[in-house]
Amino acid sequence: MLLSEIPVSGPWGERHLLGLEHLSADQLKTVLDLAKYYDTITNGGSQRLDVLNGLVVANLFFENSTRTRTSFSLAARRLGADTVDFTASSSSLSKGETFIDTAQTIEAMGVDLVVCRHRTPGSPHLLARNLKAGVLNAGDGTHEHPTQGLLDIYTILKQRGQIAGLTVALVGDIRHSRVARSNIHGLKALGARVIVCGPATLIPSDITRLGVEVAYNLDEILPEVDCVNLLRVQFERQRGAFFPSISEYAHLFGMNGDRIRRARKNLLVLAPGPINRGVELTPEVADGPNSLILNQVTNGLLIRMACLTLLAQERRHDQEAN
Amino acid sequence: MSSLVISGGRVIDPANSLDAIADVLILDGKIAAVTRRDAGFAPLDVPHGIPVIEATGRIVCPGFIDPHVSLREPGFEEDECTATGTAAALAGGFTTIAAQSDTYPVVDHRAAAEFIRLQADRARNCRVYPLGAVTKESKGEELAEIGQLVQGGAVGFSDAKRPVANAEVMRRALEYTRMFNRPILHFAMVPELSDGGVMHEGFEATRLGFRGIPAAAQDIMTGRDIALAELTGGRIHLMCVTTMDSVERIRKAKSLGISVTADVTPHHLLLTDEVMRSFETMYKCNPPLRSQEHVDALIAGLQDGTLSAISSDHQPLALEKKQVDMDTAPFGICGIETLLPVCIRALIEPGHLTWLQLIARLTTGPAAILSVNHGTLSVGQPADVTVIDPAKTWTVRAHEFYSRSRNTPFEGAKFTGKVVTTIVDGEIRFQNNRQPIPD
Repeated sequence: MLLSEIPVSGPWGERHLLGLEHLSADQLKTVLDLAKYYDTITNGGSQRLDVLNGLVVANLFFENSTRTRTSFSLAARRLGADTVDFTASSSSLSKGETFIDTAQTIEAMGVDLVVCRHRTPGSPHLLARNLKAGVLNAGDGTHEHPTQGLLDIYTILKQRGQIAGLTVALVGDIRHSRVARSNIHGLKALGARVIVCGPATLIPSDITRLGVEVAYNLDEILPEVDCVNLLRVQFERQRGAFFPSISEYAHLFGMNGDRIRRARKNLLVLAPGPINRGVELTPEVADGPNSLILNQVTNGLLIRMACLTLLAQERRHDQEAN
Repeated sequence: MSSLVISGGRVIDPANSLDAIADVLILDGKIAAVTRRDAGFAPLDVPHGIPVIEATGRIVCPGFIDPHVSLREPGFEEDECTATGTAAALAGGFTTIAAQSDTYPVVDHRAAAEFIRLQADRARNCRVYPLGAVTKESKGEELAEIGQLVQGGAVGFSDAKRPVANAEVMRRALEYTRMFNRPILHFAMVPELSDGGVMHEGFEATRLGFRGIPAAAQDIMTGRDIALAELTGGRIHLMCVTTMDSVERIRKAKSLGISVTADVTPHHLLLTDEVMRSFETMYKCNPPLRSQEHVDALIAGLQDGTLSAISSDHQPLALEKKQVDMDTAPFGICGIETLLPVCIRALIEPGHLTWLQLIARLTTGPAAILSVNHGTLSVGQPADVTVIDPAKTWTVRAHEFYSRSRNTPFEGAKFTGKVVTTIVDGEIRFQNNRQPIPD
């Protein structure tokens, strides 16, 4: 199967995928439709295709990640691309090499697409400005993580058939969560109602201007929600203590069996992971019937295949135009 | 020698409440006469053989004074040195600057202050007055040798961007500097609230995922400093005011007769935190660019004189330091060469300030803060004069800067208004190339 034969259902036109904030509902649907297409023809991502044959995808990870990097690598290989892993600790940048130098080194290796994770917001944007290659943001600090947002939305979509009209609660550490921001932009664009819920110290100022509601009492909102997305408490990003104790956090915001029983019967439970069992959710919930945690992982592969394909097509158009 | 006539310009001299077409006569490096051309005034009798600068259509005013400029020498010569920083100052229309203490080693002892003056003498560009550190190594713990620094030429005391966080240390510093009638130029910021922040805390920081620096970090320290100035009778000058509430606190303190002054930078008057959407590190400065309501309050503060000075807060940084991610990039804008056009865009073009007011914030205001005897065209004063072409349109090209650094957020921006000639002690020290230099 050729890259040009992959059916694209709607508009795309993006050389880079840096975030969901600036994507339209139609563009989001294009990605989701393509993920669904791959879901069908590869039997959930388990079969190999050769649509990206000859393409080089570089994983440029300045911040530790196993899950996302593995998922991107596998997605690229499932589509027949060559992958290179460029793992540089952020500290090596401060030792001398500027970010621009790193970017140009990557460019010189002849890569087509760069998957970038960095601890600072805007780093992939900086890469995109300095590279001809397509750039895919795999998480920039506490800014965005577009493929995670898309895979969360795809997971909900697969269960419910549509996003418009649903109420989704993002629970936990909103302040330090790039997953929260990407979810908010994507879900709002597709017509969902979004509530953010967590300790007041972890809800950043003026978040309501993104079109979300703020709640501090999980039990009050639970009966209204179709889906909870339990964001990991980002202990490593927090400077000092934002709440008194883990047990108090779990008591107020942790998803447990009691809360599941008081929620809507078919509540969808998402968690971007890696999860802190006993903090954001109890094992009973994580392994229970409402949990879609492992579906998210599988869907992540499909979403990343779709994103890589769209960016590869765009790059092909660029190259043909020149 | 050092005699000139500046002929037919619009002479603006706030110290003498003058804004009129006039001729300026400079004899032996001093202002000898300022003669209005209006009806009723006798024309200037130009002595024979003195070179004439034709200034019709130009603004002629006292040379600008910047109360805090980072010259980076010694210790950070990759960013700037005294020769390049003072050349940049001249190109920006400045004839007097106070040099920040944030060198390495810090200017916390007399020899360091003397070195700043020595390098300035060697460069022979603009006048340079050292600022001494408030505390040893600017650590905020023990007082620096303030008395000896005064003897070494320090006109004021500042730990640059490092706030004196300990209130007791600041109290003693204000009491001690009172003996010498010298101001403390303080960067009012509560470190616990600003640490790790890269931009203004608010909606833009929330959507971009950056750690914010809340306005309250500056407001709280401003309030503390005012209370300590009242307690001690010392002179406090607040550098780089950026918030609505700080302006209000300073306004009230001044009305109560407390010895407090304050300045603002041009970039905080023209830009808001929305520019951070570009993820461009050139916009990263400290204090951060704020939101529009704060900008409006700063302009109101300039209008009523609550903010009596505008400082470039010149922070030159080698390009490679800025070509990194936003968290790693250092704070600072190389601003002294673009100060005037940015002020024209932010203040004159919208009609917020008159030219007379703007020139006052660049001359008499900072002169009073530093207690230096410059910033006027009064007869007998050393002839420090800046000539401006207010109609000249030009585009900022950082590679043309006289500064060694290029870290400007205004690269490629088109402005109106440019300094054409800068005169120190009656000598033309800077001349825009498009103008012939008289003998």
